[in-house]
Amino acid sequence: MSSSELQSLYQQVILDHSKRPHGRGLVGDTAASSHQVNPTCGDEITLELHVGDDGTFERVAWNGSGCAISQASASLLSGLAEDWTPAVLQERIGQFREALRSRGAIEIDEDLFEDAAALGGVSRYTARVKCAMLAWVAAEDALTRLDA
Amino acid sequence: MSGARPGGAHPPAGTLEGRTARGDPAAGRAPLMTLTPASTPVSTSDSTAAADAGDADAPAASPSAPALTAPDGASLDARPLSTAELFRLRADFPALQRQVNGHPLAYLDSGATAQRPVAVLDAERRYLETANAAVHRGAHLMAAEATELFEQARATVAAFVGAGEDEIVWTSNATEALNLVAYGISNASLGRGGAAAERLRIGDGDEIVVTEAEHHANLVPWQELCARTGATLRFIPVDDDGVLDLDRLDEIVTERTRVLAFAHVGNVTGAIAPVERLVARARQVGALVVLDACQSVPHGPVDLRALDVDFAAFSGHKMLGPTGVGVLYGKQGLLDALPPFLTGGSMITTVTLERSEYLPAPQRFEAGTQKVSQSIALAAAVDYLGEIGMDRIAAHEAALGERMAAGLAEIPGVRLLGPKPGIPRVGLASFDVHGVHSHDVGQFLDDLGIAVRVGHHCAQPLHRRLGITSSTRASGYLYTTDDDVDRMLDAVARTVAFFGGAA
Repeated sequence: MSSSELQSLYQQVILDHSKRPHGRGLVGDTAASSHQVNPTCGDEITLELHVGDDGTFERVAWNGSGCAISQASASLLSGLAEDWTPAVLQERIGQFREALRSRGAIEIDEDLFEDAAALGGVSRYTARVKCAMLAWVAAEDALTRLDA
Repeated sequence: MSGARPGGAHPPAGTLEGRTARGDPAAGRAPLMTLTPASTPVSTSDSTAAADAGDADAPAASPSAPALTAPDGASLDARPLSTAELFRLRADFPALQRQVNGHPLAYLDSGATAQRPVAVLDAERRYLETANAAVHRGAHLMAAEATELFEQARATVAAFVGAGEDEIVWTSNATEALNLVAYGISNASLGRGGAAAERLRIGDGDEIVVTEAEHHANLVPWQELCARTGATLRFIPVDDDGVLDLDRLDEIVTERTRVLAFAHVGNVTGAIAPVERLVARARQVGALVVLDACQSVPHGPVDLRALDVDFAAFSGHKMLGPTGVGVLYGKQGLLDALPPFLTGGSMITTVTLERSEYLPAPQRFEAGTQKVSQSIALAAAVDYLGEIGMDRIAAHEAALGERMAAGLAEIPGVRLLGPKPGIPRVGLASFDVHGVHSHDVGQFLDDLGIAVRVGHHCAQPLHRRLGITSSTRASGYLYTTDDDVDRMLDAVARTVAFFGGAA
């Protein structure tokens, strides 16, 4: 059977999100949108930020294609960010990146990231970090257009 | 030391038994006219696969499926490598001995880069330890030895592909080789190169033809050349398997065509292009033929003069040699007419402050410090391959390719790209697992010690044409075993279950 390392990379929550993603489907009507491509594999994503009246995101919509990691990561981000303000999202993107680039040294805080903490297994696979980061990089870029 | 030629002797590589004796540099090279996946030594029961493919349009009968019989029928009886030979040969490759994720490595990424035998590593190290010096300058003994070894390496590689020494240009890689041709034509189009280069000029109304299956390295340079010169880029299409469709060849390659560029063997499909037919059409219309030979020269006997192509490119690291060295072949007359691409030191005769005159080919194209140790090591790689015999390597790979293709085609949810089982291919097969991204397939295989390539393999247009964004590619070489292939097939079958298949 596959190794425990592989099982930790592809945890059930990741496989579930990659099969039944949350937030998939673009809405349009926002300047805060970003298209990102991973040139090494051709994976791509378009992500939109929609802020509600209360200042938190009412919707983080995305569309794209890619591996299970990138699709699950977009799905998990979409679900999480819908309770966050832009400032919180900005902070979380930094924390997420730091953990993923730590080669396993920094665990993702489950209190902050909930199910997305399952993506922590990716940090041991340096070639896959960019897969998990794709949606988050798109969100980071979209944030810069939020006030434009 | 003066009599010894350090690094130059390319001592017999490894321990393989039953190698052919090599008297002269060409002796180890099979006298073949084309890349020849020889007898496609599949099992008897599989040999009817093509016929079973059904109707009168069975791929085997299609003109787009090249007849891979050598014109003279030679080498059709080349023996694939025996298990004992493979066992001994594999011992020459230190990298193949390692474990990956607790499993013996099954290295199926030789189409990206091949592993190197000790003989190649030793040749490079021996040169560096005994004769390292700048070539084509300096009066000291080591400089003379280095120059001699460097030029010997050129002769060795030339003989390997049926070329003359002055028809071989060292480049940093195959991509640079193709760019060299494109920029040379570009410079000719700007009026450089004088009267000799006039026939190389292109511009408005001229056309360059490539195929839909090209590696980006044999596509983007031509896009750029068209953008600079006003020429138009046209494409030979592929069918739904990614195999060249030549039905409309005569409409696409016309009197307006000045360059026809295509891969000898598809880096995604493993299909072998019908070079003879394409060259014949190019000759009818007076177009230059540029052959991307990156996936053919390492894997079978290739005689570039016999193929009658005008230019060809291949890379060292895909044929047991180092990275950082590639080869451009060009017909002597064309190389002598082509204006230089990179300019500077080592490629000139006379330089004044205002203008310069250039050396003839190949030095005209070798500006600056050269890839000396890499070239010498590449010659050692060529010697190693020659000792085994390219016809036997081709036979071995034909069997591997068929084993891959037939095995993949039987796995539910797997779509084999390229020629159907039973149709000749090199020892390479790409595939799509329905509902599972290639990166995930590759990760699952890596967990089992199986190294494959994932992604678009630098062929985005082909993948787009096939309706996918990426694929998984298994590519073997002379050291690949049936067990490597079977482990890959078994793991691919399990991939579907692990990821739950199509969404």
